[in-house]
Amino acid sequence: MRRVTKIAAAGMASAALILTTAACGESSTESGGKEKGVGLAFDVGGRDDHSFNESAARGVDKAKDELGVEAKLMTAKNNETEADREQRLSSLAEAGYNPVIGVGFSYGKSIEKVAKQFPDTTFGVVDSVSEGKNVDSMVFSEHEGSYLAGVAAALKSKSGKVGFIGGVNNALIQKFEAGFVQGAKDTKKDIEVVPEYLYPNNDKGFNDPGAAKAKAKGMLDRGIDVIYTAAGQSGAGSIEAVAAKKGAWAIGVDSDQYQQPGLAKYKDAILTSVVKNVDVAVFDLIKSVKDGKPLTGVNAYTLKEDGVSLATSGGFIDDLRKEIDAAKEKIAGGEITVDEQPKR
Amino acid sequence: MSTAPPASGASGPAPAPGAPERQAPRGPRSAIDWGRVGLGLAAPLLAIVAALVITSLIFLSTGDDPFRAFAVMADYGVKSDSQIVIVNKAVPYFLSALAVAIGFRMNLFNIGVDGQYRIAAFFAAAVGGALALPGIVQIPVIMIVAMMVGAVWAGIAGLLKTTRGVSEVISTIMLNAIAAAVIGYFLQDGRLAVRDGNIIHTEPIPESAHFFEIPTGQAPVNGFLVVAVVVGVLYWFLLNRTRFGFDLRTVGRSESAAHAGGVGVGRMVVTSMLLSGAVAGLVGMPTLLGESYNYGTDFPAGIGFTGIAIALLGRNHPVGMALGALLWGFLERTGGRLEFEGYAQEIVGVMQGVIVLCVVVAYELVRRYGLRTQQRKVGERLAAEARNNGKTEKAEVSA
Repeated sequence: MRRVTKIAAAGMASAALILTTAACGESSTESGGKEKGVGLAFDVGGRDDHSFNESAARGVDKAKDELGVEAKLMTAKNNETEADREQRLSSLAEAGYNPVIGVGFSYGKSIEKVAKQFPDTTFGVVDSVSEGKNVDSMVFSEHEGSYLAGVAAALKSKSGKVGFIGGVNNALIQKFEAGFVQGAKDTKKDIEVVPEYLYPNNDKGFNDPGAAKAKAKGMLDRGIDVIYTAAGQSGAGSIEAVAAKKGAWAIGVDSDQYQQPGLAKYKDAILTSVVKNVDVAVFDLIKSVKDGKPLTGVNAYTLKEDGVSLATSGGFIDDLRKEIDAAKEKIAGGEITVDEQPKR
Repeated sequence: MSTAPPASGASGPAPAPGAPERQAPRGPRSAIDWGRVGLGLAAPLLAIVAALVITSLIFLSTGDDPFRAFAVMADYGVKSDSQIVIVNKAVPYFLSALAVAIGFRMNLFNIGVDGQYRIAAFFAAAVGGALALPGIVQIPVIMIVAMMVGAVWAGIAGLLKTTRGVSEVISTIMLNAIAAAVIGYFLQDGRLAVRDGNIIHTEPIPESAHFFEIPTGQAPVNGFLVVAVVVGVLYWFLLNRTRFGFDLRTVGRSESAAHAGGVGVGRMVVTSMLLSGAVAGLVGMPTLLGESYNYGTDFPAGIGFTGIAIALLGRNHPVGMALGALLWGFLERTGGRLEFEGYAQEIVGVMQGVIVLCVVVAYELVRRYGLRTQQRKVGERLAAEARNNGKTEKAEVSA
């Protein structure tokens, strides 16, 4: 009797096992379908970073509304290797998503590699120039937008000291710093600009709001009253610290952070934001693929064609419009060349 | 003595080891061995089952189907390209775990493997990019530079401990931050690095100094796997079959006893930190010599901390750590798939944490159980002996 129950139990267990294996056999065959929509891989911080990634997400949302495409969004973790990024991109391409977009320059190399394996898929990468016939490299003139932020900061500062907080001390964030410093110094010769970074070389700088908060507090204590933070999701921490101090201003980055619901509590301290129109670039790419004429090669989004701009919501810089417009014209006209690397 | 019994059967069916354990009291000598095997297997099995149950509960609490998730992981993890990625991921993890384990065996908590391997890889990359020697010379040069830099960085903590009594936990974690700052300083355009788009990296290592790859049908397996296996064997041999290893473990068990036994504790601390750092220096090599060929702002960080978890998981035993490293690789590889299938990507981090906790708890439980049974056995034997003695004494008295 006992033997029978044993056999029955074993039979049921193995049946269950076979069923589960059969089930996953099915799920793996669903790959290879075409026209699934957009596949987009975020940088660390993820969709709701109120900044860089969120700008890309807005582009996808717009494409969903206006073009009726579907989208699959994935997110990078901290401390990833090339293999992890390649896996993410190729799983999207394999499943039939087109275009496949990597948000952030860390995808630069992996896009190049994966784009070769999937020649029929269009790839896009933000902030990096990647080679490949089927790759759209979307690059922005962050230094030009930051120059305008420098102008605004110099004019708004009462203490004559302004600060810059970068998430990670890498070439990209140095562009923000260089433009900001140059803009401030061109506007007021004797202004003191303090540039500081959260991490020398760890991508944690883009999702560590606590570190940005502490850094901003330190700056405020030293009498700095305008702080421009280029640090992705970390920026929220800096804005929070600035909002707690009367008379101090925060300058946002990538998205118009005054308009971010997640930052609504602090919006009265957000002077302006250096908007990087990643959403426009992403939407352009999705639309071009949908229309059958995919964008490829390097597509630069500069100040001249509003690829980067200074947000005016809140109306805090309305009184500076004349100076800012003058600076913008000079950059667009080539009268001022903004440095991409800080002078040290 | 502390080497576990042959672990090749670790993946065997569950009930087998339990059965002989119960029959253990039959023959005194073989019984101990079987009991040990049983106990050795009981802990990891207990840990895995507990971890599966806990993660299932987490899945359920978030409203997801745990069995579908496990099925996705199993299905995706055994695909041939996944296997290659898992092995390639496991190689640096295993080396990192070895570096940590050398310290652990001596009761030294080297949290600084992370900084050690990064600064080692950075300077090795800088040297490798500056030289153009034949590969057969250059590869060893790069590896030796890495091991030396790693050893020096760890040795600082060792020296501070012996000369100034600074806890290695504090000093190594601070040295991590200093390493990051040093790299940050030199990894700038015009110093030891060049700019490549938005990434700044050292001069690339010439092609002749690329490490060999083991070709498979698809993507190749990193040839550094061979080095990792060799280092694993050396680790086992050094710790278990040499006087040095004996001294090291003695110091780990009891410093005062080791000192009384004539072991120079201070020297052992410095030597083992140097060794730990040298192995840590190798952690970045599979990536540097087999994948990126330069050290850039995108060089993977955090492997040193992964190594701590894997050393705990593998109980400092080379086979255990190898399995742990593979498990980690499996979880990371399949975790990416889980995200694709609509699960939260954080779940893999939760799983890893749960597994380490379960392993630590399970080993402690099993250790206590083992200790208790041992005590009971000894107690029974002593009691029996006492009874026998009493009888004989009585007999003698009555005689």
